[in-house]
Amino acid sequence: MSVFWSTVVTIVILLNIIGGYLLIRWVAKPNKGEAKQGEVTGHVWDDDLRELNNPMPRWWLYMFYIGIVWGLIYLLMYPGFANYPGLLGWTSEKKYNDEVTTANEVYGPVFSKYAETPLIELSENKEANLVGQRLFVNYCAQCHGSDAGGSRGYPNLTDNDWIWGGSPADIKYTIANGRNAAMAAWGTILEPTQIEYLAEHIMSLTGRKHKATDAQRGKELFASYCAVCHQADATGNPLLGAPNLADKIWLYGASRNKIIESITHGRKGHMPAHQEFLGEDKVHILAAYVYSLSSD
Amino acid sequence: MSHEKVETNIGLMMILIVLVISVGGLIEIVPLFFMKQTTEPVSGLKPYNSLQLAGRDIYVREGCYGCHSQMIRPFRAETERYGHYSLAGEFIYDRPFQWGSKRTGPDLQRVGGRYSDDWHRLHLTNPRSVVPESNMPGYPWLNEGTLDGELIANKMRALRILNTPYTDEEIASAPASVEGKTEMDAVIAYLQVLGTYVSTRR
Repeated sequence: MSVFWSTVVTIVILLNIIGGYLLIRWVAKPNKGEAKQGEVTGHVWDDDLRELNNPMPRWWLYMFYIGIVWGLIYLLMYPGFANYPGLLGWTSEKKYNDEVTTANEVYGPVFSKYAETPLIELSENKEANLVGQRLFVNYCAQCHGSDAGGSRGYPNLTDNDWIWGGSPADIKYTIANGRNAAMAAWGTILEPTQIEYLAEHIMSLTGRKHKATDAQRGKELFASYCAVCHQADATGNPLLGAPNLADKIWLYGASRNKIIESITHGRKGHMPAHQEFLGEDKVHILAAYVYSLSSD
Repeated sequence: MSHEKVETNIGLMMILIVLVISVGGLIEIVPLFFMKQTTEPVSGLKPYNSLQLAGRDIYVREGCYGCHSQMIRPFRAETERYGHYSLAGEFIYDRPFQWGSKRTGPDLQRVGGRYSDDWHRLHLTNPRSVVPESNMPGYPWLNEGTLDGELIANKMRALRILNTPYTDEEIASAPASVEGKTEMDAVIAYLQVLGTYVSTRR
């Protein structure tokens, strides 16, 4: 705040306090032309309701004065006069920082004590997993579900099928840095019939009912368009986040229509990065917890 | 001026009451117009682009502020959940700001980047599809609503009068940049930029 405004604010506050004091004095003391103490003032309401000129009780009057003194002390200690910082040096920012520092001292070790434990060992630590579960429910459940069972478009974390790799280090990397899947929208490149052939081929991989001739055509298309990411045998590539298409686990739905939808429009799964959100220690505990869900 | 005169003249009493109350208001509010902390944007803050701006207006239209605040208070309990507390300089281009005063749902000031676009699409269409416990209503009609590019350009012109630094190119390209987008796209674009100019550590 500029010196000008600071001065204006300070002066107005002081004038207010002085004004408050004068008002109390004026009301409490007998004034000229007023009725005597205990007499009727002459104000009459509703025909017969009369006001007596009685003094305010002393204790009440003193509370006003105490209030003024209290206000002045308060303004001296705390930053009330605009730029004046107050004798206690209080600021909301400092109060917040103190609160966080204290909390970090108390709760920081709860998380940091596991920082050096290798993930596999940590995943067997019951206490750490309880901490991990609380973190998971807070930060992960919105997409992956509170039981980590996932939903359409959001992987199940309790099975052994991993899109971006299921080693403890991979899981930790995924949580910390996020993942961005980029399956192209083939609807702009392939004909609708070609996409249907591909769907038949993909359904044939898991032994589902399919049209054999269409699937054969789809197999050739798969080799030239899809195998780059999903591998020739369609088992996927965790380095690219290309899911295994030869198993019965489907991220975006297993029906023929859903498969065609995936191929036509592509899929852009996005896992947000959490390193900056949560910090290294919490990511470490979460990675161990997520690993523990499928390791037993 | 006697006590009786004030008490028996309602008009005079009203004027005096307004005068007394406005002293407090003036001294608390007016200096804020001249403080850097409240008048300068935080570093890196950009005005909403055309799509985000359209999304913001839909956010207001649907009354999202009725249940969601956009104001993280400087308490640890809040910053642990939502991220860095709100700074005045983050709301420079918000006219009006969406601080809100009611949290039936969570605060949204730092929701940007926390979920994927797809998540928001599912969640806004039917919140139960991703959060079974949610009591938020669905907004499926956003998927069908389209945007009026000219209207958005006009809004940007109006905001420029109020000192939001839009360039001529930004305004000229606004209709083209929202072409073919749905209201859903706009709301998601708006949500994804919220609070992203201040780095956050939970």
